[in-house]
Amino acid sequence: MNTKRELTCIVCPIGCSLVAELCDGKVVSVTGNTCPRGKVYAETECVAPMRTITTTVKCKNGEMLPVKTATPIPKEKMAEAMEIINKANPDLPISVGDVIIESVFGSKIVAAKNLD
Amino acid sequence: MKDLVIIGGGPAGMSAAVAAYESGIRDILILERDNALGGILQQCIHNGFGLHKFGEELTGPEYAWRYEKKVRELGIPFELNTMVLDISEDKVITATSAEKGVFQIQARAVILAMGCRERAKGALNIAGARPAGIYSAGTAQKLVNMKGYMPGKKVVILGSGDIGLIMARRMTLEGAKVEAVCELMPYSGGLARNIEQCLNDFDIPLKLSHTVVKIHGKKRVEGVTIAKVDENRRPIPETMEFIECDTLLLSVGLIPENELSKCAGVDLDRITSGAVVDQDRQTSCEGVFACGNVLHVHDLVDFVSEEAEIAGKSAAAYINGVKGEKISVSLRTDGKIRYTVPQTITECKDISVYFRVADVYRNVKINVYSGDELIFSKKRPKVAPGEMESIKLACDKFKDASELMFKLEEV
Repeated sequence: MNTKRELTCIVCPIGCSLVAELCDGKVVSVTGNTCPRGKVYAETECVAPMRTITTTVKCKNGEMLPVKTATPIPKEKMAEAMEIINKANPDLPISVGDVIIESVFGSKIVAAKNLD
Repeated sequence: MKDLVIIGGGPAGMSAAVAAYESGIRDILILERDNALGGILQQCIHNGFGLHKFGEELTGPEYAWRYEKKVRELGIPFELNTMVLDISEDKVITATSAEKGVFQIQARAVILAMGCRERAKGALNIAGARPAGIYSAGTAQKLVNMKGYMPGKKVVILGSGDIGLIMARRMTLEGAKVEAVCELMPYSGGLARNIEQCLNDFDIPLKLSHTVVKIHGKKRVEGVTIAKVDENRRPIPETMEFIECDTLLLSVGLIPENELSKCAGVDLDRITSGAVVDQDRQTSCEGVFACGNVLHVHDLVDFVSEEAEIAGKSAAAYINGVKGEKISVSLRTDGKIRYTVPQTITECKDISVYFRVADVYRNVKINVYSGDELIFSKKRPKVAPGEMESIKLACDKFKDASELMFKLEEV
């Protein structure tokens, strides 16, 4: 049986209203998107939603370093990922893009700022 | 004497500096009151910046770094920890820093890029004492993201602008419980994607047409009373509801920071609270330009950078004495469109006009008239106050006009 799911695309600031049609848990059509990325978003969102996490870690000198997941991680793992990331305590100096943690649910955690 | 002094080293100031440099100006100085370049982007650690400008999703600090790197590579001088106190009508800038004391600089051209600040609780008239635990969303953002302090554990947010939504997610990720986001209007002022990924992802209720009517607690916030509002935005007493919390965040609007512009005698627009500018982002004072959130509050930094490039290039042309064909056109709006930037056109060239609408409208046309003649029309399925619109106008459409009327009309 086909079911419909309404979604708001989060890929860019336009925020298109999408309708995904599902058949046996698989996305068979997507409408409402204005770019190809919207289709990909709806397909993933209905099956295995993913999110990028942006947060901070405290460096050894006490300064806060903004970090992010280099690639999105499963949405339901966000809280667990935060617990792991919050344990990091890197040394300075740090440059944008430096890897702070090798892998958290499949993604590297990278620095988003230079700190000397 | 300096050719160009830029007040503010945030995204607008840095982008204007780079554009002026690339247009041949070398004698530039950026004055920044904070201890680093980057402005508000430094505390905006969330992503979504740069899709338009760089084709990728960057965090605020990463976006700022792209520009800071250019500023450093080009060797454009900047002074940090420096507060500008005054700009005179003849472009003498008075500034102060711990290192230099009070000093003055005569500039040939000035770019105003001071950004904006948050509207505070004082402007809101909420009943109650003044307990600890009330923060503007931006202050809370700075505390969490830059200082590593959590302002509270149980939070209510008033106002659904993007900063409020972003902070709802941020506080939740750091372990706080966000009880509700209240919005006075029947629609959110934030982007749809932020309602989805900052509220819906964490089951945070968005209460539209609701406001905070009372703050409880003497020493520390102990809770708030919220109520639904009627169509005149008056609280309905029967709908009052108590929510226990220790923190109230306010995300109730941004105001361009134009005290210095007033010192210089720049004419301000009553709607944008920013300067009245022409297509070059030149203000009513010759040689004084404005760009970024000090001119009008933007949703996306990408458009701030774009606007600042215009200001930077135009300031360079002014310094080099380059002049185009002069015209005089004023841009007017019908009220459904609240304002336009620029407000005037003084030179014959193709331009982009940015504007905001007063309410949510569906299936409308953006029409531009010169007298009775329709010179531009564009269909939009939906427009909303939270989303800035822009159109491009070719100069042959308006070169003989004295006034252009911007109207939102039914399809």
